[in-house]
Amino acid sequence: MNESAQATSGEWVKSERQLERERVRRSRARRSASIATGSTIVFLVLVVWVVTNSPGWPRVRETFFDPGEFAKALPDVLSGFLLNIKIFLIAEPLILILGLLVALARGIRTPAFFPIRALATVYTDIFRGVPTILVVYLIGFGLPALRLQGIPSDLATLGIIALTLSYGGYVAEVFRSGIESIHPSQFAAARSLGLSHGKTMRFVVLPQATRRVVPPLLNDFVSLQKDTALVATIGPLDALRQAQIHAASTFNYTPYLVAALLFILLTIPMARFTDHLAARTRRRRGA
Amino acid sequence: MARPLMLLALAVALVGCAPADNTATTAGPAPSTACTKEQLKLITPGKLTIGTDKPAFEPWFKDDDPSNGQGFESAVAFAVAGELGFDRTEVQWSTVKFDSAFAPGEKQFDFDVNQVSITPDRAKAVDFSNGYYTVKQAIVAIDGSKYAGAKSLAELKDAKIGVQVGTTSLDAVKKIIQPTADPNVYNEQIDAVNGLKNKQVDALVVDLPTAFYVTAAQVEKSKIVGQFSSTGGTPEEFGLVMQKGSALKPCVDKAVDALKSKGELAKIEQQWLGSAAGAPELK
Repeated sequence: MNESAQATSGEWVKSERQLERERVRRSRARRSASIATGSTIVFLVLVVWVVTNSPGWPRVRETFFDPGEFAKALPDVLSGFLLNIKIFLIAEPLILILGLLVALARGIRTPAFFPIRALATVYTDIFRGVPTILVVYLIGFGLPALRLQGIPSDLATLGIIALTLSYGGYVAEVFRSGIESIHPSQFAAARSLGLSHGKTMRFVVLPQATRRVVPPLLNDFVSLQKDTALVATIGPLDALRQAQIHAASTFNYTPYLVAALLFILLTIPMARFTDHLAARTRRRRGA
Repeated sequence: MARPLMLLALAVALVGCAPADNTATTAGPAPSTACTKEQLKLITPGKLTIGTDKPAFEPWFKDDDPSNGQGFESAVAFAVAGELGFDRTEVQWSTVKFDSAFAPGEKQFDFDVNQVSITPDRAKAVDFSNGYYTVKQAIVAIDGSKYAGAKSLAELKDAKIGVQVGTTSLDAVKKIIQPTADPNVYNEQIDAVNGLKNKQVDALVVDLPTAFYVTAAQVEKSKIVGQFSSTGGTPEEFGLVMQKGSALKPCVDKAVDALKSKGELAKIEQQWLGSAAGAPELK
């Protein structure tokens, strides 16, 4: 607190103008909030009205919104969903490690290490280019067919391998763009202080780069959470598969809705957290 | 002011996508008693559209081509079409994934033939014809493997079992065998077969005719361990799938019943599924 700004009474009071300013701001905030609420209500009422008055609505209600089916499918879908969470939690750190290593490998400039750089480039090209579901299929059915010692036969493990390979490619690119976004002067300054390439990376470039890429990384992880459902194609009983089983035995689609809701519950907090971090970054930059 | 305009545009867009009421979708059609070709309500006038999944597996279909009349279900479908008065050129096939066969809304077929077992739960969502085939479940394992010699269902409790998603085989596994490990559930039959080949599962549970095909043509050195009934009392039957409240149902039922009483169905069964007998019964 700057002392000269304080009144002689020793107690700082807001000026009339400041109070007025705050009043105006408050009333504006109230006004925009009430408009937003009103328009949201109107919009929702419209949507609900259109949907419930469509000719196929009764049929849709009983095939997609059947409370009895919902309750019946929930325990199984939930137990399957635990597998999705397990896959996600194991795959995530592996993906981070793989992505970072690949990104660093692509940054190596020493001619002798060219094969490593080339390999990293080829890896990202291939695994970013192949649809994730195909990677899951090829790994899930291809690896066990090799009949090698030590190849896991557990389907969830195979799924984790496939997702890690697929997402490692994306995350490597995210890290690389983060590294490349750091101004060259930082690198030059660190080198001129006598830091080696490795130390420069470790103490100067990566800490800044990582902070910058947190939002896109989290974005990739939201996407990964959803893609754990792709592992269902090779056979383990995850949420999607359990929902499919229930749907097939009753010819009712409500179980899919159960699975969808669970995924939303998992991804929404992550999405809000991402928004929060992005907003914090903006605030720090003084925007 | 752009905002009221935007809202108005939104509202217009919303109302604009409201579909026209389609009388065809309302349930409770007047059942026409006559089953002549001209009076049937078909999705393509003058043609009988039959749906089935792709890939279509033997012994139900041959060469993944339902329109050649080869394979048990293709033959049955053409026989039913014949009973309804359609010759072979008036039958068209459409690809309908199992999952979409019971989707609400307009169907892409007059009836769907896809080894769909009739169950009371399913009958709430679609109409089934009378059953055209009574099916049993069978267990397939690699010859000489741990479970190949099982003499009872209890011996299979610790086996890792593979099944195809959406099949009654899966229900049978859950209810009858109740294995200790979760079964692996595959999208397609061929995926389950590969699971057996790759030793990811110890045994497959499929319907008996499929089991014969698996052992004869798909997996070398595999054998049928035995067959069992998935439903306690009533026999499990395949039925043709139609839209809920389909006007075709009485006519299709009549056709299936006629084929049954004439011995035509038994003949087709003998021709395509003839070997599907003689597997030991497991209790």
